[in-house]
Amino acid sequence: MVRTVPVSLPMTEDDARGLRAGDLVLLSGNIVTGRDRIHKFLLEQKPSSESLPFPLAGSVLYHCGPIMKETEEGFIVVAAGPTTSMRVEMYEHGVIGGCGIRGVMGKGGMGDLTRQALVERGCVYMHTIGGAAVYLAERITKVLGVWMLEEFGLAEAMWHLEVKDFPAIVTMDAHGNDTHREIEALSLERFREMAGIRQG
Amino acid sequence: MLKLRDGIVELYRKVATSLPPDVEESLKAAALREEQGSAAESALKVMIENVRLARDTVRPICQDTGVPVFYLKVPAGLSHNELRLTIDEATRIATERVPLRPNAVDVLTERNSGDNTGIGFPVVYFEETSSGTLTIDLMLKGGGCENVGQTYKLPVPELNAPRDLAGVGRCVVDAVQKAQGKGCPPYVIGVGVGAAKDQVTRLAKEQLMRKLGDVNKTGELAAIEQTLVSEINRLGIGPQGLGGKTTALAVKIGVNHRHPASYFVDVSVSCWATRRGRLIW
Repeated sequence: MVRTVPVSLPMTEDDARGLRAGDLVLLSGNIVTGRDRIHKFLLEQKPSSESLPFPLAGSVLYHCGPIMKETEEGFIVVAAGPTTSMRVEMYEHGVIGGCGIRGVMGKGGMGDLTRQALVERGCVYMHTIGGAAVYLAERITKVLGVWMLEEFGLAEAMWHLEVKDFPAIVTMDAHGNDTHREIEALSLERFREMAGIRQG
Repeated sequence: MLKLRDGIVELYRKVATSLPPDVEESLKAAALREEQGSAAESALKVMIENVRLARDTVRPICQDTGVPVFYLKVPAGLSHNELRLTIDEATRIATERVPLRPNAVDVLTERNSGDNTGIGFPVVYFEETSSGTLTIDLMLKGGGCENVGQTYKLPVPELNAPRDLAGVGRCVVDAVQKAQGKGCPPYVIGVGVGAAKDQVTRLAKEQLMRKLGDVNKTGELAAIEQTLVSEINRLGIGPQGLGGKTTALAVKIGVNHRHPASYFVDVSVSCWATRRGRLIW
């Protein structure tokens, strides 16, 4: 049975460690987006947390390059589903260690380096539904700000967003459980059976 | 060309904001097959609800409006260059009006062009037709699923894949096993087999334009397409890679003649939001 857990942000380390792989979370509070270029920048340039325009401690970093529209009242979110998380695997453990986020959200899961960082730092990885961009955009209630817009463009900038009951599934928890890894191992075993490949 | 330009802008809008009926029906059928209350079922239900919301509010189904890929069948005498320029102009307008996400990035400067045009962007393929009408097919192919595509060179000993159609099948199932949930399953899989690396890649992607219910004209290939759907679904990757019965909605295979020494297999993967459409002019 799926456990549904409402989560208000910012999260504490205890909040993050209290979540388990398989939990359906409904996030409410402030999150930030960041994808390929933001991760590369955070790791290579190592900006101090004071120089960042938004507080990242306790927040969730969402792997998302949204479609935004500029109106007279400011930016609105048109569509905002997740992007493939694995592309930032080489950076994420450093980001988790460096800025105190308690959640990473995207799609498809991440690798060994991230899994270790989640356990060490007390953080979770959440998978949200890829391609459900309008459904998810409806759960973003406000655009609070943007950083690196000029440099990286609309899709790759860091957006600071307010969300309400934003749904995601914890697939990698702070205890080393990893739904993606389990499914991958099972599917590999089945493929080997089908293909007549000897195990090991 | 002005009217044609506006027609292409509308094609963009339709393809970005609505799912072809065959794909939507296939997702609905998949939701009924999955276990009640499972992550697979709820993921499919969110996808179906998202498709409805996108259509009703005329917003892109997915924020990644992808690389636009055009397949044109052009009557003799119509200038390919002019058509290309018309597509570029329509792309700029559609990016602003639909809106589409600007996805064209300069490899040297890392600047996003901001309007989805650039070197080789959008992708346009021309073919001459003896018919008097111009047919424009458009696919919006997201980056996540494009990235999990693979090219193989048979034989592949580690996959136990020989130089025959059984070997082709091994490659297809292997590509999906490696893709896991990264390209947004349930997938539509296009396969191209032949002599030249560039040719099979194009052929594989072209197969994604076929309707899901389209039966391969070659009986042997039609049977393999069916078998591969069941084999892929036995992997248990499921919708969104969260486990379940539906990992692929369809497999479509295209073949060319091959060189005695070469046996290339390309596997092109499309996400559940397989967005394609046609404009007849």
